[in-house]
Amino acid sequence: MSLETLLILIYILVLASFLGFELINKVPPTLHTPLMSGSNAISGITIVGAILASHTLGYSQLSKWLGMTALILATINVVGGYAVTDRMLKMFKKKK
Amino acid sequence: MNTFILTAYLLASVLFIVGIKMLGRIKLARKGNTLSALGMFIAVLATVIQVESISLIAILICILIGSAIGLIIALKVKMTKIPEMVALFNGFGGLASLGVALSDYWLNTQELHLKIDEITGISVALGIFIGGLTFTGSLVAFLKLNGFISGKAVVFKGQHLLNLLLLIMALGLMILGIMHILTPTYMLALVVASLVIGILVVIPIGGADMPVVISLLNSYSGMAACATGFIIGNYVLIVAGALVGASGLILTQIMSKAMNRSLMNILLGGFGQTSSSSSEADGSEITIKEVGVEEAAQIFDTASSLIITPGYGMAVAQAQHVIRELMDICEKKGVEVRFAIHPVAGRMPGHMNVLLAEADIPYDKLVEMDKINNDFASTDLVFVVGANDVVNPAAKNDSNSPIYGMPVLNVEEAQTVIVSKRSMNPGYSGIQNQLFGADNCLMLFGDSKQTITQLVSELKELE
Repeated sequence: MSLETLLILIYILVLASFLGFELINKVPPTLHTPLMSGSNAISGITIVGAILASHTLGYSQLSKWLGMTALILATINVVGGYAVTDRMLKMFKKKK
Repeated sequence: MNTFILTAYLLASVLFIVGIKMLGRIKLARKGNTLSALGMFIAVLATVIQVESISLIAILICILIGSAIGLIIALKVKMTKIPEMVALFNGFGGLASLGVALSDYWLNTQELHLKIDEITGISVALGIFIGGLTFTGSLVAFLKLNGFISGKAVVFKGQHLLNLLLLIMALGLMILGIMHILTPTYMLALVVASLVIGILVVIPIGGADMPVVISLLNSYSGMAACATGFIIGNYVLIVAGALVGASGLILTQIMSKAMNRSLMNILLGGFGQTSSSSSEADGSEITIKEVGVEEAAQIFDTASSLIITPGYGMAVAQAQHVIRELMDICEKKGVEVRFAIHPVAGRMPGHMNVLLAEADIPYDKLVEMDKINNDFASTDLVFVVGANDVVNPAAKNDSNSPIYGMPVLNVEEAQTVIVSKRSMNPGYSGIQNQLFGADNCLMLFGDSKQTITQLVSELKELE
């Protein structure tokens, strides 16, 4: 990786982190649990890395098996995380 | 990466940002979650179309297996078990990041025999380290919450020293691993070290500090995803990982502030274990007054305003549905019923809110501590269900108390306080609750679900 690429990546990291801080700062406590499980699902974005790690070389290679294991785990994280967040948010009702 | 894929990743990143933004507003939250899921779908789709056709089927099968497992867990899990589930999923995310980092490293250095540069090396080391400790840390949190291992703080002599040594060792392994990038021994040893560190840093943290730990581990899983983003130079991983990392840190900060303790103090752990002996030694035994269900029902019958204060005990007893019945019957009598929610009640941030929502209790009846604390003095009856340390007045007036300084709910200011509690066992901090000895406090012993069910039927007879 060239220094230039690294700087672009760090640039993105810093901006996204600041954005994250700004976005979460004023969330009402009622939503803390759904927010956490929802953001937990987003952290499953590593699924993209897992797909890329599973797609090269043959099945005799350790890297492929590691990638496929990571893929299953990341998918559980993503799908389970979004599904349970939706289930929770469905329950929040205002007084009728 | 071609333009199409980059555009898809950009779109996914925007959807994550908008999704998280909407997750912060009650009315938009569900839609926000859906948008963020859509972003994930787009990112996955754009990635899948890049793969070689030989691998495609295997990849789709993996995704199918993962989706099935994830869906089953998510749809079957009881709402009282949400903290456990989030901890477990979080652990999976951490392990997945470790897997990706290790896989990429192994592919390049051991299978293709390429020398990878230092920057990628650093990212690999960080991905392994953060991913590994997120995995075992979350697993320990999961086991603690589930009661498979003691929820109490596990402390032993020399613990901090051991942790420090392990951290230094891990740092050394990272440096060695990057310097000798083609020798896998160091990176593999780093995997082991990070797994051990994950266990050791969560083990000394007591059950009631879990809201902080889970928030922090959540943040770590984001950072681990970020590190893998640096390894493969993928923007969407960095953006999403950073968003989660930042949001987890903020929640961690909110939680530790609500306990009036520094993050360092919580992480060093062992809270209560060290202090319990001193508070027992001062021998201030308190006299409590017990109340039966019939008598309690009489008090409920005459009260015209009621504040219910739930805690982790409500979740353990699964009492949220009978509490709703209690609320309904009181409201039918014209009693004003509200719920006082302490920020760290339960085992994860907002835990109580989810349980009460599950029982169909409207969220506008749930009032935050700061907004309700002045109202206790003008309230007839406070009903404490399974909460302990968050209603202990010692936090305000006993400077020797280990929880001194933690903001608490002023329940003792109400006319009468009834506490539903299984037994006189002290809370996690191991200290007596001054509230229980107060003149206006009555103890209603027994399983909360059972006693409240009886209470409701008594109240029905009084109608």
